[in-house]
Amino acid sequence: MDARMIDRVPTDLSRRLFLRAGAAAGGGLLLSFGLPGLGRAADETLGGPFEAFVRIAPDGLVTIAAKRPEIGQGIKTSMPMLIAEELDVDWAKVRIEQSPIDAKVFGEQSAGGSTSTPDDWEPMRQVGATGRAMLIAAAAQRWKVPAVGLTTEPGFVVDRAGGRRASYAELAQAAAALPAPDPKTLVLKDPKTYRIIGKAQRQSDTPAIVEGKPLYGIDVRVPGMLYATFLKAPVFAAKVAKVDLAPAKAVKGVRHAFVVDGGSELEGLLGGVVVVADTWWAARKGRNALEVTWAEHPTSAQGSASFAAKAAELHGQPPHRNVRTVGDPKAALAGAAKVVQADYSYPFNAHATLEPQNCTASFKDGKVEIWAPAQNPEDGRELVAKTLGIKPEDITIHFTRSGGGFGRRLMNDFMVEAAWISKVVGAPVKLLWTREDDMQHDFYRPAGWHRLSAGLDAKGEVVAWRNHFVSFGEGERFVRAAGMNATQFPYGAVPNYALDVSVMPLGVPTGWLRAPGNNAYGFVLQGFTDEVAHAAGEDPVAFRRRLLGEPRLIGEPGKGDSFHTGRMRGVLDLVAEKSGWGRALPKGVGLGVACHYSHRGYVAVVMEVAVSEGQVKVRKAWAAVDVGSQIVNPNGAEQQVQGSVLDGIGSTLGQAITIENGAVTQSNFGDFPLLRLADAPEVEVHFRITDNPPTGLGEPALPPSPAALVNAIFAATGKRIRSLPIGDQLA
Amino acid sequence: MTVKLTVNSQVHDVDAEPDTPLLWVLRDLLGMVGTKYGCGVAQCGACTVHLDGTPVRSCVTSLSRAASRQVTTIEGVGADPVGARVQEAWKAVDVPQCGYCQAGQIMSATALLHAAPRPTDEEIDAAMNGNLCRCATYLRIRKAIKAASGQVEA
Repeated sequence: MDARMIDRVPTDLSRRLFLRAGAAAGGGLLLSFGLPGLGRAADETLGGPFEAFVRIAPDGLVTIAAKRPEIGQGIKTSMPMLIAEELDVDWAKVRIEQSPIDAKVFGEQSAGGSTSTPDDWEPMRQVGATGRAMLIAAAAQRWKVPAVGLTTEPGFVVDRAGGRRASYAELAQAAAALPAPDPKTLVLKDPKTYRIIGKAQRQSDTPAIVEGKPLYGIDVRVPGMLYATFLKAPVFAAKVAKVDLAPAKAVKGVRHAFVVDGGSELEGLLGGVVVVADTWWAARKGRNALEVTWAEHPTSAQGSASFAAKAAELHGQPPHRNVRTVGDPKAALAGAAKVVQADYSYPFNAHATLEPQNCTASFKDGKVEIWAPAQNPEDGRELVAKTLGIKPEDITIHFTRSGGGFGRRLMNDFMVEAAWISKVVGAPVKLLWTREDDMQHDFYRPAGWHRLSAGLDAKGEVVAWRNHFVSFGEGERFVRAAGMNATQFPYGAVPNYALDVSVMPLGVPTGWLRAPGNNAYGFVLQGFTDEVAHAAGEDPVAFRRRLLGEPRLIGEPGKGDSFHTGRMRGVLDLVAEKSGWGRALPKGVGLGVACHYSHRGYVAVVMEVAVSEGQVKVRKAWAAVDVGSQIVNPNGAEQQVQGSVLDGIGSTLGQAITIENGAVTQSNFGDFPLLRLADAPEVEVHFRITDNPPTGLGEPALPPSPAALVNAIFAATGKRIRSLPIGDQLA
Repeated sequence: MTVKLTVNSQVHDVDAEPDTPLLWVLRDLLGMVGTKYGCGVAQCGACTVHLDGTPVRSCVTSLSRAASRQVTTIEGVGADPVGARVQEAWKAVDVPQCGYCQAGQIMSATALLHAAPRPTDEEIDAAMNGNLCRCATYLRIRKAIKAASGQVEA
């Protein structure tokens, strides 16, 4: 079970931080968090680089730090919006900077699990409100009036009774000398008065992106830097048996070529051959000149075909273990008026971030400085420290913008490789993977196989639901991202329920891919739900409404895996209305629906598809989304929902990673197709605002998308897709 | 060997083998990193630049082929009024998510608008289908092209 990604309860470091203020070097106000008991004096902490959330300079410039990595999810804009709103400044005049990596000041700095919005929603607004309260207090001192009589307008403290105002710039110096107020005394704004939150704001890096400015990890340049390429074994963790390095060294520009012995842990430094040169192209030419003989490896016999055969065998046997049972599903199935059974499966899948994995590192005198497009740099720090035998505090990591994340950069293999290479060659090094390296050395979404059974009584009520899930692992342990939580709907909505599991061993690296687990379960569970609806002779939307039943919470309040049937009903009704569910359609055209809960978000999707001569064309998609009481940045929210729905279409149509002889067979976009512009339908996005804490949007709109697509194909053709990708199954 | 290469109207002396892909000359030798590496085999379009105004994939375009032509990159496309209009539309529509592919998208879109000042959906499909976007910003790409060509409001 990947608790962090799926069942995550926010026990975030930032909850244990307290706010503090200090004077900026050169004057002005700095606001930061601090960990109680660390005992760093404020001036020591705050005198260096921009180690704070807010800086109000004496010239009036307001700089706000974005503390989490930007991977395309819009966090570099939306979280500073929270601070700016409560600070009450003019958004157009705010400058946003990516913060340094320092957990002692910034708390949690990862990007994963759609957790940034729920975790930061309150603390970031408190940062802003603290600043505002201190500026008001400074004005009250200056004017010798009670603070309660003062208010703010963007960038100014205003004394309406006294008919005067003072800019934040004028007050910043005095405010910095005041103690930070107790967060419990802060009064946050009434959302009805928001000027920034809830208004569509452009992503802060857009102008720089459009002008081709250096922003990404691959763009980093360090004086004296060399370029590296790293050829790893096609079979994961296999080692070099034999190689002649001379042909690589003979290539003009090549400075170093050496063998890395590497370890056996798939997330760490693996064996292979490194070539380092004056340019990356020279390094690659050197690499191409190598002939490497790889040592035999225990996993070199594994393959997708044998995994599938083993899964079929396991489905024919009693499950290894039961994860959860409610009632007596076996008896209920035996006594059901009708039983629906189907096998669903999905392949390994890759992240395929368009920016291939890369990292720049400079190792010198036992310390290393790293520039990384990383989603979870603190884990990287540990990995580098352990592998290089240095202290974590001797590692400095800088965030860069990431050319896509999707969970790939939660792993830090590229970071440890770059640090290792820099140490060996004694110079700063930029390691860049080829696309082929990236495709063949990912941490893949695990493949999975589900045998589903549902029992209907004579009235068409679902009386039993059983899922025998075949996955990867050993004993009680799943490999990374291969576990399934027992609380996936319709858990709690059917009287007899079982999730059983069988596992087989795996020697392929696995990891979290956008909406981990759910990106597959949404397909499986909502595809099968559609089958059960048809078996019950009922319209798929009406059937889902009935299955959801009365509005109620299934599970414990506040837990990430608790599920509110009423919220799902709300988005289901909304998407049915907006898509014109039930309207007449020509032959070969169909509407499909799916709804799925993940990452605290409730999303329902309808797709309209046309199928002709074995080709499927998605004509339009509608998404209805409930992520709580407030959409922070409607611009970014629309981007995430549209992107997630389209991501689901792309993966469903054609993406699979297959293993043969222990290695990945795909190598580039020719055999791993991404969705293209001509195949991207319009995606109409509707938000349903509900009285719940705001939650994240990087992931939850993806899981319903694949099922909406295959269910629409069924409506159009009568053909049920139970195995991904669709590929040529309609031919 | 030294080759004269004209990029964004500026002539550079480049010391590289003639078969070196233009992409790596731009990025590693000239320090112009706006042009991106995505696949290395002309399958993703992230490295798109113009040679004499025609979009090409710089990852498979040799230095020797580029040397006698005018190379335009994302860093210089704004000097062309059509390119500038495309960039402005990209900002107004706020196209990027991760943004990594967008330099290539803008270069392809600019070439399209030179060839077809008011492109139809089919013309947009044909011109842009070789530019992959992993974040799938395609709806906004389409909108920004229509905005840049005056067919819709940004």
